Amino acid sequence: MSETIMPSAAKTPSAEEIALIKKFLSDTTLFLGPDPEIMRRHDLMPRSEDEEEAIRQDNDVHTTAKIRDRVQAGCDEGFEMVEAMGAAPGAKWGDVITGVYTASGDLAIASAGGVLIFSTLVHHPIKFIIKNWMNDPTVGVREGDGFIHNDSRYGNVHNTDQSMILPIFWEGKLVCWVASTVHEGENGAIEPGGMPSMAETSFDEGLKMSPFRVVENYEIKRDVLTFLQNSVREPKLQYEDMKVKLFACLRIKQRVEETLRTDGPQALIATLRLTMENVRAEVIRRIREWPDMTSRTYIIQDSTLRENCVVKINCKLTKTGDRLIFDFRGSSPEFTNRATNTVLAGLKGMIAQMFLCYVWPDLPRGQAAFAPIEVITDPHSIVDCSYDAPNSQSLMSIFTGFTAAQHAVAKFLYSCPEKYTKVHAPTFNMINTFIWGGVSQHGETLGNLCADLNGMGHGARSDCDGEPALAPIFATMADIGEQELNEEEVPFLQLVSKKMTKDAIAPGKYRGGQGYTMMVATKDSEQWGFMTVCQGAKIPPMQGLFGGYSCGAYPLCKVKGVDVYDVLLNEPDKFKHSIAEIMNEQPFEGASYTTHHMGMGFEISKRGEMFMISQGAGAGYGDLLERDPRAVIKDIEEGLISEGVAESLYKVKFDPLTLAINHEATRALRDKERQDRVARGVPFAEFVKSWNTPKPPAHLQYFGCWGDNVGTLYAGSPDITRDANKPKPNYMRHPKDVRIDELEARLVELGAMGDEKK
Amino acid sequence: MKVLMTEYLRIDLDKETWECRVCNHEVGSAKKSYKEGLLVYNRDPREIHPPIIDPDKYRFTFSPDPEWVRILEYYCPKCGTQVETEYAIPGHPPLYDMEVDLAALKAQWSTREEVLEPVRGPEVVLGAGHGH
Repeated sequence: MSETIMPSAAKTPSAEEIALIKKFLSDTTLFLGPDPEIMRRHDLMPRSEDEEEAIRQDNDVHTTAKIRDRVQAGCDEGFEMVEAMGAAPGAKWGDVITGVYTASGDLAIASAGGVLIFSTLVHHPIKFIIKNWMNDPTVGVREGDGFIHNDSRYGNVHNTDQSMILPIFWEGKLVCWVASTVHEGENGAIEPGGMPSMAETSFDEGLKMSPFRVVENYEIKRDVLTFLQNSVREPKLQYEDMKVKLFACLRIKQRVEETLRTDGPQALIATLRLTMENVRAEVIRRIREWPDMTSRTYIIQDSTLRENCVVKINCKLTKTGDRLIFDFRGSSPEFTNRATNTVLAGLKGMIAQMFLCYVWPDLPRGQAAFAPIEVITDPHSIVDCSYDAPNSQSLMSIFTGFTAAQHAVAKFLYSCPEKYTKVHAPTFNMINTFIWGGVSQHGETLGNLCADLNGMGHGARSDCDGEPALAPIFATMADIGEQELNEEEVPFLQLVSKKMTKDAIAPGKYRGGQGYTMMVATKDSEQWGFMTVCQGAKIPPMQGLFGGYSCGAYPLCKVKGVDVYDVLLNEPDKFKHSIAEIMNEQPFEGASYTTHHMGMGFEISKRGEMFMISQGAGAGYGDLLERDPRAVIKDIEEGLISEGVAESLYKVKFDPLTLAINHEATRALRDKERQDRVARGVPFAEFVKSWNTPKPPAHLQYFGCWGDNVGTLYAGSPDITRDANKPKPNYMRHPKDVRIDELEARLVELGAMGDEKK
Repeated sequence: MKVLMTEYLRIDLDKETWECRVCNHEVGSAKKSYKEGLLVYNRDPREIHPPIIDPDKYRFTFSPDPEWVRILEYYCPKCGTQVETEYAIPGHPPLYDMEVDLAALKAQWSTREEVLEPVRGPEVVLGAGHGH
């Protein structure tokens, strides 16, 4: 028997030894990955000595206001330059932000338009540069430098978005940074367009640019540029938009330097700092006006974009005094091999966007508007994913997280005497559009998207309907693009576009703004295909508000085995202008007509095959029986709703020929419906006895907590649970393997497998 | 004093109760979920979001799948007003969506005037904009 040797008691290292160990570790860091200290903090950096001194010297409010306006105008000027000159559809239609950052890296002033989600996200890479490159003898930060970045794990929405970051020096001293960020799209990922749903690891997601120098002496370095161009499908886009972002930054720099010349660096530094501190203080004041309350909601993602399942985004929002805490614990675990996870910073950015766009649109744009608000999550969850988890479709979790926040916040706002916007139901939250790629009619390899993702239906407000196809939830003042312009560059037509999808409704006293139909077909390329990357074909991705309903579900429809261009040429009367007519009447003989969920991986299409989708409706507000009958008739006249659906839902009686309302009959119908509700409704205590179940249903692949027990997460089955604080891998099988198993089981049942050897 | 909490509900701070704003029915204690005083109906979502394409031919129809999601409709037991809806996974316990700190609410409104008509908030107005 061997003798066990006990280790001698460990010696406590001296202070000198500890310092030596620390120096050794910092000098020999193997890899500078995303820094949790940077990535998990969204509050402002502490005041620096320079800022303290500047505020002591220059704190005149009039000067601060003047400089802030000048800097704001400079940011807006840069924004417009990117919009006017950018090559990416995202640049053209407003998926952009420009901003001026403090020397410590906080985003102090951002462009008024564009993608405000960036406002609390794109400070992270600057802080990484400050912490790691500034004093690194092999890198450094010098006048004339420009840094590029896109990897969401270092602070971004997803890897389609590229930033150009410039330090601004004055008399040899760093005074601030300027940056421009654009949704570029194509980035060399496994599917064209930059946000692949097929990514099963982070290595399928294309360029992963941690922040690095790509500009010296204000010129793009050709060797690095060539490497980047060689890594993506669109070398022209990569080059053009890097130049565009650089020149937008240089214009903002010019405006900042004009201020530095007239007012001096102290005044600029003080303005940037005070702007942020004043906004932060105002946000706290506004939160204090809300009722002390806890609001609970959940939003369901009904797919991973690869398969249908039930993925919960759980949100508990608590306001106490001047603290506001978003608690997302209980949300689904992250998927190890699906792309719908988001890093925590992405979720925070989107909630910040919600406040800046929908709650406090009067506040200066920047990081400060979200700075005092707190967020709690489970580790390795779908809204706070780990470094290794793919996240190229982070939008799915960012957007459903946004909606959970928007739905919860509305319940706080109603009672506030002081309002900065109208209370409203959730806005539609999915990017119902076509992503496309392949070889164009001009022989160029392309990969990007239609700007129709920006046409999301707006939620109904407390005293009026939502606007159809208003704006994306992630941006203000974005556009849905001009398909005619796109057609000069891409080899497909939108045969139907911007035509509202009748009966795809979100009813209420005030209805949600509706979405429009898109029908596309490839025309002039044999190497062209499409993707769709949305959830919500089985379960609406929203909740209604105060008795209003959510939107319905939105599928993808395909018609194959047809060349619709031949039909249009030879038998044009066969073509129909709505999904309902084409799918129900099946006018093209011999064609196949199929429906699918909205997670279509990249699919090469043949000339004249049709892919058809609809943008979604924002949610409804209030009891639909209170809707003004005249508004119902107006919706019929505008083609938003059919007569039959209007009559059966809204209980409106009208003449089918003249649409004249019979007010008395309408009142009677509505009174009867209210009586019917009282008759069929079940008292709550009795209802929950038969409704509540202790676990999720066995027929659904369910992910997340059940009820309020946020400590236990289900992972695909009522029999598979885990402790929320003890993450484990969460693999999904390939949908084709699942389908093959189903079909083989049916063959076995039929005795048709023969004696196939195993 | 009464506080307007939602489109159809208010809280009577003195009685500490939820009330229906349409018919003044006393729904229940403000220390509990207002839903406990309402009627609930389990709605097939296809009745609200009708299929646009033929459900006999197609798997996905623009209607939510009734096996995957239901709409819980909450009605005032007196006037039948639909106070709230909840898109729920079958069997998922209803949400306690507004848990009010009553003492804090009383303290907050002790320094405010009572609001009898809801404050709607500012209108979005067309600005002059700019052109090029």
